[in-house]
Amino acid sequence: MMIGKLIGLPGRRGRRALIAGAAVIALTLPFIASSYVLSVVTLALYLAYVGQAWNVMMGFAGQLSLGHSLYVGLGAYASAGLFFHTGIGPWAGVWLAIAICAGVGAFIGFLAFRLRVSGVQLSLLTVAFAELARIGFDHLEWLGGPGGLFLRVADRSRIDLLGFRGPPAMYYYAILALVGGALGLCTVLLRRRAGYYWRAIREDEVAAASLGIDVFRWKMRAVILSSAMTAIAGVFFAFYYNSLFPEQIFSFGRSIEIVLGPVVGGVGTLVGPIVGAGALVLLGDGTTEVLNRLGFDVPGVKQVVHGLLLLLVTIYMPHGLWPPLARALGFGPRKI
Amino acid sequence: MALLEIEDVSKSFRGLRAVARATFAIERHTIGALIGPNGAGKTTLFNLIAGVYRPDHGEIRFRGHAIGGLPPHRVCAAGVARTFQLVKPFAELSVLDNAVVGALHGERTVAGARVRARAVLERLGLGSKASMIAAHLTLAERRRLEVARAVATRPSLLLLDEMMAGLRPPEIDELVSVLRGVQRDEGITILLTEHVMRAVMALADQIVVLHHGEVIARGAPAAIVRDPAVLGSYLGEDALEGTAS
Repeated sequence: MMIGKLIGLPGRRGRRALIAGAAVIALTLPFIASSYVLSVVTLALYLAYVGQAWNVMMGFAGQLSLGHSLYVGLGAYASAGLFFHTGIGPWAGVWLAIAICAGVGAFIGFLAFRLRVSGVQLSLLTVAFAELARIGFDHLEWLGGPGGLFLRVADRSRIDLLGFRGPPAMYYYAILALVGGALGLCTVLLRRRAGYYWRAIREDEVAAASLGIDVFRWKMRAVILSSAMTAIAGVFFAFYYNSLFPEQIFSFGRSIEIVLGPVVGGVGTLVGPIVGAGALVLLGDGTTEVLNRLGFDVPGVKQVVHGLLLLLVTIYMPHGLWPPLARALGFGPRKI
Repeated sequence: MALLEIEDVSKSFRGLRAVARATFAIERHTIGALIGPNGAGKTTLFNLIAGVYRPDHGEIRFRGHAIGGLPPHRVCAAGVARTFQLVKPFAELSVLDNAVVGALHGERTVAGARVRARAVLERLGLGSKASMIAAHLTLAERRRLEVARAVATRPSLLLLDEMMAGLRPPEIDELVSVLRGVQRDEGITILLTEHVMRAVMALADQIVVLHHGEVIARGAPAAIVRDPAVLGSYLGEDALEGTAS
């Protein structure tokens, strides 16, 4: 607050104006931005959403998953496969995706938490299951195998809400709504019993159990919610990109991509995954674009920028970009 | 019927007997102290009561119900709360939120738990630190936070494991009076393990002495410090002068 006043940063009204301004820009973006910018922002929002879902498990409950691409892939294949083979659309497919991912999440969680696997071992277990799925789907010819599963490319000029086909703006609004919904859900959960219990478990399981918390049950709830949320991202992915390859969607790199946003933005914070995903995509794609305009074609520059950002944040802002930013803007601790 | 009954309880680790046929009882609304040299089995006994370990043999009854072998969260639900010798605060959470986690046990709403948590923090003299991050507290404050968190669960029995270790004498006296107050106001029964005889003598109604996992003496403090078996095994001849001064 003091610093905010000194350097003229916004007060209460200023913060409201800031939020309102961001909301207006977010809602009108398809009308003011180029299709390139819209696609980049859509990608950022997609990463913000999966980051938010991952954050429920790691940021709130302290259970590190490095295999969250598993749930993106399963959700994507579940809904796309259903559509491909039966013509049943994503509004029904999303429930199948959620059911499958929640079931698989519950299975992995049950295995890990009953056998008291935690920390690095838990992370490796999640990686192993994602790899298992990658190899398994490579051999599932019914879903395209290694050659990929393709959905008919949509008629981009017509909005078909029921079939979730339409112009890029429709997908943009869909992922925007998902990010808003996830943020709202997490905000509510953190203030309720779940938020207190998850954070207690994250900080110290033994102490949490001594205060009457059924640690196993609450960790299961975190994993199931996180995997179910990620399933929806998979459905979005399938119908936005129209092509799925096991090598890509289940890859370890994709899992890391999910983790990067919250880590850069602030693990365990509400807005961190959004800020982190935004920073990564804007800086990564921004640098690529600037270099392109200058006539340089440098493959992999995006990854280098991501790596540098991660390095700098880990060294200078170990809690991520959002906590110091939130303090500078004068947000109270409950908004962090 | 005593609130807590330990009957013939044994526990071994890889053949090493940590607790051997321990038997004693703690009456309602009293303060019992478990003393003994390092490795006597005090913390093991605590962990047996709190559900961290399952007894190999014997029975632990709380309000007449067997609780031996129940997992920790069920023991807490039965009405037993504890603190840890090596403090385990929820470091990144505020002091208030630490207490809220405890208070949520038995409170239906978060709002109710926050009210309860604030009241308990005031009781333990941590009211002014409520919005601090727990990691920033001093050791003495963290010990009190552990008590606050445990008391917030509304226990009938509070287990305090080496509360005074590492504290300076004025901090010990302060904590002793706070504990007395909490015990009186909340109507709690307390069982504590302690090396600091100054605190034991000031608090305990009954002392149980453990040695090599066995109960070698139990009784009122005044009798215990004159018990020849206790003097020989643990307190030593100078213990009396130490407590008299």
